[in-house]
Amino acid sequence: MLLVKNTLNPRSKGNEDEVVLHSLFTVFQLDEEGGEEEQEDEFEISISVKDPEKIGGLHPTNDVNVFQTQLAMFRNKTFTVRRRFSDFLGLYEKLSEKHGPNGFIVPPPPEKSILGMTKVKVGKEDSSSADFVERRRAALERYLQRVVNHPSLLQDPDVREFLEREELPRAVGTQALSGAGFLKMINKATDAVSKMTIKMNESDVWFEEKLQEVESADQQFRKLHTLVESLVVHRKELSLNTASFAKSTAMLGSAEDNTALSRALSQLAEVEDKMEQLHQEQAANDTFSFAELIADYVRLLGAVRGSFDHRMKAWQRWQDAQAALQKKRETEAKLLWANKPDKLQLAKEEIAEWEVKVTQYERDFDKVSATVRKEVNRFDKEKAKNFKREIINYLECHLQSQQQLIKYWEAFLPEAKAIA
Amino acid sequence: MMVMTSTLSVHGHNIKVTEVLKDGDTLTFLIVSQKLSGTGEHHVDRTYDDFEWLQQLLFSQEDEPGIQGVIFPSLPAKASANPSAKVMKQLGFLGLGEWQLYCKVLERYLRQVAAHSILSKNKAVEIFLTSSEPPGRQRARKNLFNRLSQAVEERRKEGYKDVDEFFQTERNHNLVLTCYAKTAAERFLDVVQSEQKIAVACAHFSASLHLCVEPGEDPDKQAFSKACVQLSEVFDSIKKNMTSVAENDMNTLGLGLDLESRCQEAEKEMLFRRTCKLVELEAARRNAEKAKPLKKAAMEEAKKTAEIEFNDICVVAKQEVHRFRAARVKMLQHTLVQWCEKQLLTAKESADQFNQQLQAFRGIAP
Repeated sequence: MLLVKNTLNPRSKGNEDEVVLHSLFTVFQLDEEGGEEEQEDEFEISISVKDPEKIGGLHPTNDVNVFQTQLAMFRNKTFTVRRRFSDFLGLYEKLSEKHGPNGFIVPPPPEKSILGMTKVKVGKEDSSSADFVERRRAALERYLQRVVNHPSLLQDPDVREFLEREELPRAVGTQALSGAGFLKMINKATDAVSKMTIKMNESDVWFEEKLQEVESADQQFRKLHTLVESLVVHRKELSLNTASFAKSTAMLGSAEDNTALSRALSQLAEVEDKMEQLHQEQAANDTFSFAELIADYVRLLGAVRGSFDHRMKAWQRWQDAQAALQKKRETEAKLLWANKPDKLQLAKEEIAEWEVKVTQYERDFDKVSATVRKEVNRFDKEKAKNFKREIINYLECHLQSQQQLIKYWEAFLPEAKAIA
Repeated sequence: MMVMTSTLSVHGHNIKVTEVLKDGDTLTFLIVSQKLSGTGEHHVDRTYDDFEWLQQLLFSQEDEPGIQGVIFPSLPAKASANPSAKVMKQLGFLGLGEWQLYCKVLERYLRQVAAHSILSKNKAVEIFLTSSEPPGRQRARKNLFNRLSQAVEERRKEGYKDVDEFFQTERNHNLVLTCYAKTAAERFLDVVQSEQKIAVACAHFSASLHLCVEPGEDPDKQAFSKACVQLSEVFDSIKKNMTSVAENDMNTLGLGLDLESRCQEAEKEMLFRRTCKLVELEAARRNAEKAKPLKKAAMEEAKKTAEIEFNDICVVAKQEVHRFRAARVKMLQHTLVQWCEKQLLTAKESADQFNQQLQAFRGIAP
């Protein structure tokens, strides 16, 4: 359980989002080896990110999160730390710099939102800012959960530091990770690749097919997200209209002089009020089960594409090295003809150098390819699991709503019948 | 001017408006009534203008004592095949769908007219229901019941203090109820329209999910695709459920609130007519008192006429108010019970459906 608590420091400076997150990390089982990905059930880290709190009196930038964990590699079984939002972004930056080029799919955190945070900072207490705070909290929770679920990323000392260390040095340069900047970063690799005029000579058709799948999934998911957001808007509208109607029914009931009818109308007003509550819950259900999940996957698919792009880059580097080697050999051949023993020696040395590089880069490329493949398979597995779990959650909530509704109607029916 | 009265040759309680046909911009309604003699049915087609013709003739029964005390059954606003936004707003619930509710309302209007002891005797009703030829479509002449003429004087007279406590109470009560009923109907319409929007959004989402299906034999892909297909079915069910909920709302409580709102308006109009007569009477009394000997006899005569007319109206009005009160409670009870029963049934069906789908989901290999 990742409890992200949101705390706002009103004395925060600059544009940076200052969100205090209390995170609670609970690990259920220990595993000395750290676990292979196939044995995920052997160790489980559960993350909780609690609601933010206002922390006065401390240094303005010292907002914190709380985590607890029980993993053997950590010193304590459960612990709590406090983190700023920019810390989460900083973690992502580090991880993506280190592991991205190797073909790992590094989970992306939620974007900075200037608008959302400004509202919260200004202290605007309305449902939309409460909504935003909750969405962010939950998103950070899911983000961290994904990071720690990844067996390789979990080993990264930066991750451990993030989880354990009392105070983190402030992450700098996360200004780039505003909404627009973030997307730019994700797309940077893609842009660079698409500008390449050389088409990769794909020896493994698996990669070509997969990339196409990923791109089409990206499109589909973006569309789905828009549709779900629209559904949420309508549900909220229904909730408001129901509340409005409840009020007018109550007024009718109080003006009515036939006792039984008056009572029935008042009961009706109460039923409608309860239904308003149900509609609100339904809207929240739609939001968290689907809208947020789909948004996560849109971001994740971006990361998947990123890993393909890194593989392309690795391939490109190998190709460039081969081209360079070829050139050196040609130079050597020319020098043999020209009979310049000094330069020839140099050329031979350079050839040896480049031969090493070519071998190295080819091996790198193979390694990256293998990693990407493994990562994508893992991604697909996780995706299927995640969606299934969320859908079941959603259905359970929805079913509960319906059953609640049935109770309300059953309670109202005798009241309606009693009117005479 | 129609003067002759008659008894209706058809049953009033089971008049049906069975169909509506579109001809260009005009809507034509098919009306079926059962002959009292048991020998068959009358089938006639009428447009809105024919209904208005009938209404005008009912209004103009001037020689019927106390006719102004009648609470006239209310006709809805005119609908055309392609109504403007303004008309749609006026129609409210009646404009939704394919005119089913509108037909129901016209049907109710005819049944109320046919059941009314005074109104059913008007020959116009017989002609309307049984004549194979459409009744004359000339505009009836303007009369006291023309709303436009009332508009200006209305404000001043509406608040005129009554001489009878029964009517003063009824007037106050009616004023409040008219306003609340109209508001409630409007807000409920908003609720229904939100429900319809949700249904549409669910349909789009359901369709989109189908596009997420990924081909291939990979077990994870298959699991994901299957989840998408099943989720698509779930949202299709949600759509159907919402559509039913909206329909139930429309056909029962929506219709009921619309009727209540218009009936309160009709009572308001009757009470206003009576108030106007009261104002006239009190003026006539003052004139008779202050009259110079030359005019005295004429003024006394006028006063006596006004008194008789006013009393006739009060007698009819009182009966009508009692009838009205009983009828509306009955109607609202019936409406609320029907609404609740339908929604309960829909909710149960939907819960069963979701339950099945949930079980199916759990059954997919993890």
